[in-house]
Amino acid sequence: MLIRLLRSHLRPYRRQLLWVVVLQALQATAGLYLPRLNARIIDQGVATGDTGYIWRTGGIMLAATLAQISLSIVAVYIGSKVAMAFGRDVRKDLFDRVTDFSAREVATLGAPSLITRITNDVQQVQMLVQMGLTMLIAAPITAVGGIIMALREDVGLSWLLFVSIPVLLLIVGNIIRQMVPEFQRMQDRIDNLNRVLREQITGMRVVRAFVREPNEAVRFAAANDDVTESALRSGRLMSFMFPTAVVMTNVASVAVVWFGSNRISTGDMQVGAMVAYISYLVQILMSVMMATFIGSLWPRASVSADRIEEVLDTASSVVVPEQPVTSTPLHATVQFVGASFGYPGAESDVLHDITFTCLPGQTTAIIGSTGSGKTTLLGLVPRLFDATSGAVLVNGVDVRDLDPVVLGESIGLVPQKPYLFSGTVASNLRYGRPDATDEEMWHALEVAQAADFVRAMPGGLETPIVQGGSNVSGGQRQRLAIARALVRRPQIYLFDDSFSALDVATDARLRAALKPETKDAAVLLVGQRVATISQADQILVLEDGRLVGVGTHTQLMASCPTYLEIVESQLQVDAA
Amino acid sequence: MSTDESVRPTTDDGAPATDGAAIKPPSTEARAGAGGRFHSVGVPTERSKDFQGTASRLSERMRTERRGVVIVITLAVVSATMVVFGPKVLGWATDEVFDGITGRNGPAGIDFGRLHRILLFALALYLVSYALATLQAWVLAGIVQRTMNTLRNDVEAKLNRLPLGYVDAQPRGDLLSRVTNDIDNVAQSLQQTLSQLLTSALTIVGVLVMMFWISPLLALVAVVTVPTSIFSMKAIAKRSKTRFMAQWKHTGALNAQVEEVFTGHAIVRAFGRQGQARERFAATNQQMYQAGFEAQFAAGSIQPMMMFLGNVGYVAIAVVGGLRVSSGALGLGDVQAFIQYQRQFTMPLTQFASMINVLQSGIASAERVFELLDAPEEPADVPTSATALPAVGRVAFEHVSFRYQPDRPLITDLSLVAEPGTTVAIVGPTGAGKTTLVNLLMRFYDLQAGRITLDGRDIAEMPRRELREQLGMVLQDTWLFGGTILENIRYGNPDATDDEVHAAARATYVDRFVHSLPLGYQTVINDEGSNVSAGEKQLITIARAFLSDPTILILDEATSSVDTRTEVLIQRAMAALRQQRTSFVIAHRLSTIRDADVILVMDAGRIVEQGNHHELLVKQGAYFELYQSQFAGAATDLT
Repeated sequence: MLIRLLRSHLRPYRRQLLWVVVLQALQATAGLYLPRLNARIIDQGVATGDTGYIWRTGGIMLAATLAQISLSIVAVYIGSKVAMAFGRDVRKDLFDRVTDFSAREVATLGAPSLITRITNDVQQVQMLVQMGLTMLIAAPITAVGGIIMALREDVGLSWLLFVSIPVLLLIVGNIIRQMVPEFQRMQDRIDNLNRVLREQITGMRVVRAFVREPNEAVRFAAANDDVTESALRSGRLMSFMFPTAVVMTNVASVAVVWFGSNRISTGDMQVGAMVAYISYLVQILMSVMMATFIGSLWPRASVSADRIEEVLDTASSVVVPEQPVTSTPLHATVQFVGASFGYPGAESDVLHDITFTCLPGQTTAIIGSTGSGKTTLLGLVPRLFDATSGAVLVNGVDVRDLDPVVLGESIGLVPQKPYLFSGTVASNLRYGRPDATDEEMWHALEVAQAADFVRAMPGGLETPIVQGGSNVSGGQRQRLAIARALVRRPQIYLFDDSFSALDVATDARLRAALKPETKDAAVLLVGQRVATISQADQILVLEDGRLVGVGTHTQLMASCPTYLEIVESQLQVDAA
Repeated sequence: MSTDESVRPTTDDGAPATDGAAIKPPSTEARAGAGGRFHSVGVPTERSKDFQGTASRLSERMRTERRGVVIVITLAVVSATMVVFGPKVLGWATDEVFDGITGRNGPAGIDFGRLHRILLFALALYLVSYALATLQAWVLAGIVQRTMNTLRNDVEAKLNRLPLGYVDAQPRGDLLSRVTNDIDNVAQSLQQTLSQLLTSALTIVGVLVMMFWISPLLALVAVVTVPTSIFSMKAIAKRSKTRFMAQWKHTGALNAQVEEVFTGHAIVRAFGRQGQARERFAATNQQMYQAGFEAQFAAGSIQPMMMFLGNVGYVAIAVVGGLRVSSGALGLGDVQAFIQYQRQFTMPLTQFASMINVLQSGIASAERVFELLDAPEEPADVPTSATALPAVGRVAFEHVSFRYQPDRPLITDLSLVAEPGTTVAIVGPTGAGKTTLVNLLMRFYDLQAGRITLDGRDIAEMPRRELREQLGMVLQDTWLFGGTILENIRYGNPDATDDEVHAAARATYVDRFVHSLPLGYQTVINDEGSNVSAGEKQLITIARAFLSDPTILILDEATSSVDTRTEVLIQRAMAALRQQRTSFVIAHRLSTIRDADVILVMDAGRIVEQGNHHELLVKQGAYFELYQSQFAGAATDLT
């Protein structure tokens, strides 16, 4: 999965990648050349007092260093650019994909998880690419080059290389193998700590009301100790890694002198060669160490890549038509023809065989218990979901054949959770229609019973709204969301339980004011209170995704036992 | 040492290698590079406002770990000394071999006995230094993690002492981030940097001593390149720091956009705003790319730069050294050793640069944590000699005034009395101050004027614990923690037996639906609460309050998005809960309001009317209007 992601998203940068490899190879070669030059300065310059030679070779060495440095800086430049561009491209693809998703895919994957994937997970993979391009590529080149150079110095000691390299790999690999599950465990424990803390902050009022601070402290301390234990364990494993590599290298150096001295005494080897041998050995082992270390990033990046690919591989269930119908009807009729909807793999459909028609100027109310499919039914109109069988028609055209822009413009949705965007009151109202004038906005606010409190706000229409709208009360949020839909002047209104947070008096006033506004529009309204829906032209009674009754209040009272039951329970509520 | 080793090539390329010498524990390439860049990708490198103050405060917190700190420092000093000494010992071995074959030791050739003794000594030196270095990192990990553990616990305790007003005003994500991300960042950077900073500093000192010991003149030549190194390092670090800051600023902006668009996904789609959202995202994404690339490039070029300067210093020493050797002022072996020390000198310097960068980011995070720890707390409980008597439940508000923001009065001169065992219904439009009234009674906020008494005692003079134990609360926001249903009900009274919990569950209709769950009372409430409906959650909160058996009860009736059949149960459960208790109900149901002993009609922070249902209807005032506009219509509608 990681390989696939890398391949697909690094492809546009093939040329740059090639450059990075070439530059890093040259850079590493220059690096391998330096020890020889250095040795010559000592052997032939300093030892003989030939200052001219020192200057000359020193000059060459400086030039070589300069070349190496220039090459590595250019390589870092290109490498960083490619790595960051890789991250940017993956993020862009993810974002585009998610904005194409229907509500069904977002519900399946979960919005919080999608957010983590586009930020944190991309970061993990991007880090691997960055480190790989700037540091890892040089490692095998240095290692192989170092081996060649070392063998050139002396073949007799090569067995030392073939012992020490695998031993180092084995030890570091073993440490990493123990660290990976420890890191995973730590991640879970940090998640748990976050969860406890999040609960404490969201439930602060309850915690304090029940005087449970001491219990919460114990609960937190337990989660905290778990994290500490894991962090300590992985931290201590980590503390072995570098000293181990260092001691391995040093022991190998001692071994080179030990065994090398035998070869020197028999005349098979020069002292200079032995010393050079040591420095090559050090270079090789360090490269192996580096490669292994970066390799330790692989498992985590791999998990992240899986999570990214999962999103990229999920196709949106809402497909844009190839030849969309772009007719814009003045007044819209909404028609459901045997529409069903189910999640893939789910045992039963959320909506089953729904058929009804809502004419312009009419109000269709939908009632039913929690989970009966009311919100899903509304979502089929703006194609937040697509019907899995049957069809939803607007003005006789299947919504799947309509131009999404045209369809969108004809719909004003007020969702169950009235989400506002950060900005101002005005920017939120204009979300539906960017060119709305102040008068139009004030009118919508009047209708939505929101004009009074907006007027009372310090900045009026320009009052800042924080993300989600959490700086206004639930009731105010709901009314602003209604005003936002009204500003659009759509032909179809979808109200999803949009009056629940309003007190009864405001609810009544709002419904009265809405009537003239929606007189030519088709209104689909989900409600819990019988009072809210009893005036509708037709009422749909949903039970477990099935339509168990259609008609007016009076008709349903006479014919639909489920409706009767709901009304009676409502009366009980009021009388309880 | 010998002065004419003609064949003793020094090999070094600026990487960790040195002539037959020990390489120093942290190789620049492997560690500083890895650690530094690793870090720079994952953690914001913010510049802290008061580096020293925060740093000393952080070290203050390690005071309890004094013994460990002393051990760590001792171990670091010893192991650094050994590392500094290492090249010299291995140098003796090389000399021994060299002397052997050039016949200085006579015809015997290499004295293998002596050579092996030297090598064994070097081996012992390396192994001991390895053991010490590992032990040091081991002890340090414990110190850092324990310090972070207490820091987290302190922050958690602090959260419980903060006024609710402060917590409400903070973005929740930011608070969470301080306790988790920031403390993590502090821990990581301390763990990464402390031991390396220590060893680097000690190595620099040790190497300097060795260098001046061998040749003061060459030492000066070597030291001359130091200011240049520091200067260029600083220049690059400064540049990379601003770029990192920009990168993290854009990352934050991008996060905010993503969160907003993904959370409001349905609206973005229904209003056809994907195109615009994508354009905004692409712009921020591009800025993030640009800043990220510049930061990575600047940080990535520190190391080649240092390598280059190191090599320049090397050539300078070779030249000056060569001249000194030819004039007979210095031995070749000394120049040779010197060159190695010069290498050892630039490496820890480079490392220092990377580490300071990492540390800086950790300090910035620590500052954010301390900021939270320094936030003003709720006033401490007034010490009281009065022993808690079982409350009767008479509540009185006396000329109470309160405002969240200084310029916007919320409650003005409000007075009311609730007699023991009565039900007070609070009605009025959204934003009239109903919830605020409840917050004041719970003492979540303190008053600006007036007082609230419980059985004649000012609640501001009661310990909060004592006050809140008398009060039970069921809010609209059905907060449950991630535990089983049983644990959640028992939250109301940890001492309750299972039987008592079950009795409370039966009285509040929880028992019925719990039996339909496969795991019954052991069902774990998950974050999304998808296994238990909103209405059922509400019932559990009622059971929780029931179990706590309070004298005074606070209920919020507003139940949004709950189907009416569950609502009937909620109403009944609330009614059961109200019996025999003084109750304040934020009322939405006609039945509750009608049956209440006192109805308070609130508007704009004042009580505009007070009385029972019949009295208020006769008055034909605000309550009458409310009743007409809503309940009268609804009631006739349905019957």
